[in-house]
Amino acid sequence: MTWEPRPVPEVTPETDAYWTAAANGDLLVRECSACGLVYHYPRSLCPDCFSENVEWREASGHGEVYSYSAARTMSGWPEDDLPLIVAYVQLDEGPRIMTNIDANPEDIEIGTRVEVRFVDTEEEDVAVPVFVPIEA
Amino acid sequence: MAGHEPAYIAGAFEHPTREAPDKSTMQLHAEVAKGALADAGLTKDDVNGLFTAGVPEYRSGLSPLVIADYLGMDATYVDTTDYGGSSYIAHVGHAVSAIRDGKCDVALVTLAGRPRSRGQATGSGTRELRTVQDSFERIYGATNITMYGMAAKRHMHEHGTTSEQLAEIRVAASQHAQYNDHAMYGDPVTVEDVVESRVVADPLHLLDCCVISDGGGALVVVSEDVRDDLDREAVEVLGHGEAPSHHDAGRIDITRTGAEASGERAFAEAGLGPEDIDYASIYDSFTITVLEAIEDLGFCEKGEGGVFVEGGTLQAPDGELPFNTDGGGLCSNHPANRGGMTKVIEAVRQLRGEANSEVQVDASVALAHGTGGSIATRHGAATVVLGRESR
Repeated sequence: MTWEPRPVPEVTPETDAYWTAAANGDLLVRECSACGLVYHYPRSLCPDCFSENVEWREASGHGEVYSYSAARTMSGWPEDDLPLIVAYVQLDEGPRIMTNIDANPEDIEIGTRVEVRFVDTEEEDVAVPVFVPIEA
Repeated sequence: MAGHEPAYIAGAFEHPTREAPDKSTMQLHAEVAKGALADAGLTKDDVNGLFTAGVPEYRSGLSPLVIADYLGMDATYVDTTDYGGSSYIAHVGHAVSAIRDGKCDVALVTLAGRPRSRGQATGSGTRELRTVQDSFERIYGATNITMYGMAAKRHMHEHGTTSEQLAEIRVAASQHAQYNDHAMYGDPVTVEDVVESRVVADPLHLLDCCVISDGGGALVVVSEDVRDDLDREAVEVLGHGEAPSHHDAGRIDITRTGAEASGERAFAEAGLGPEDIDYASIYDSFTITVLEAIEDLGFCEKGEGGVFVEGGTLQAPDGELPFNTDGGGLCSNHPANRGGMTKVIEAVRQLRGEANSEVQVDASVALAHGTGGSIATRHGAATVVLGRESR
């Protein structure tokens, strides 16, 4: 399975490492060495203190569903992927990140524990993080 | 606004169309400009301030030039702040500031667009990646309705809000829309109608969503000197506040909106509070948009919006907080997918005593609030407090 025909992320010098890590099976967050903020999406300057001393940190890939909505229709989306669950997952490291949950809507709720999976794209160095429920 | 030279909305015009396949967007801009100037008793040559969020379907940074060129206007001041749908409420505040600074004395605010004629369907959205954030959001199919759906789901989780309570907001709007000959949906609906309509993105149903309409509107904001020479009753701008609100590096709380800050700022400037508001135009892209704004503007405690809207609270003329008496974006009009303009226009109608008679409120102070963009990522909250003229 590949990500297309869904939109493939645009890779910039600022986000290249994030997408490449995803292609290698790692979810990265940014951590500011000056003020300690762990943040998403990646930016070269800390959005709290403007420090340029920010590091990449490998996230655990675990978190919980902060909220979600299941779309029953979505123009241009593969029929097989409907309903589409758009969600915010709160990573164990802190940030709430937008993503998809690959599950039946009936099988998740707010608070459900989830873990990351990566969907390949036709770009070799770009994979997209999505989440699946952790089996109890 | 307290301690400052007064400024006024002297003209307001809502285009009567809801579907305009045979007109250009620029033509609609010109038609609403003409309508609002005629309403004020001013002419095109009087305009020296030009305010617009541009032409949404062009997304061109040159849009103020495109519009000035098409309208044939020479402005001494231009503002194209674009917050999405709330832009036009922000423009009112910006126009007042520009007038007080002497940069202009007749400010024209215009909006026009034709999403209905372009065939846009409810729940759909662009897949084009335009901003740095789109590669982390839009790639996942995050459209407006899935994002507002997430907000509704979280609000329900934290506060016990129900679909039936959200439906009360549509019910009130539909009660008002039946008296508006131009409304897209003029038939009153029940709570059952709303919760039994198809789910578009859970927990939001089709009737939790605003209409998709062509059209537009315009406002004319003027100085006290200009207003003194006009015959038409004007509306004083008592206070304005705005608050760009965002994802906050991952700390976003989607049950709260920028209305907390924009409302506080607007009330402080007016020297008034929620208890002083006789009529409120509240942005209604979705029912949840109204519910969160009602709480955040201070009409009730956070989390109690669901209970607050039960039992006809929002229904004019007798409800505690009559809202969107034109039928709002939910039932009447959401031109260009941007409902802030019509929010101001209906507030002006109420203060002039020109709302539809069945829903006319005895209003001396009104509020118009906009939520532009998405409450689940980034939005511009903008609030104005308006007062009936006393002269």
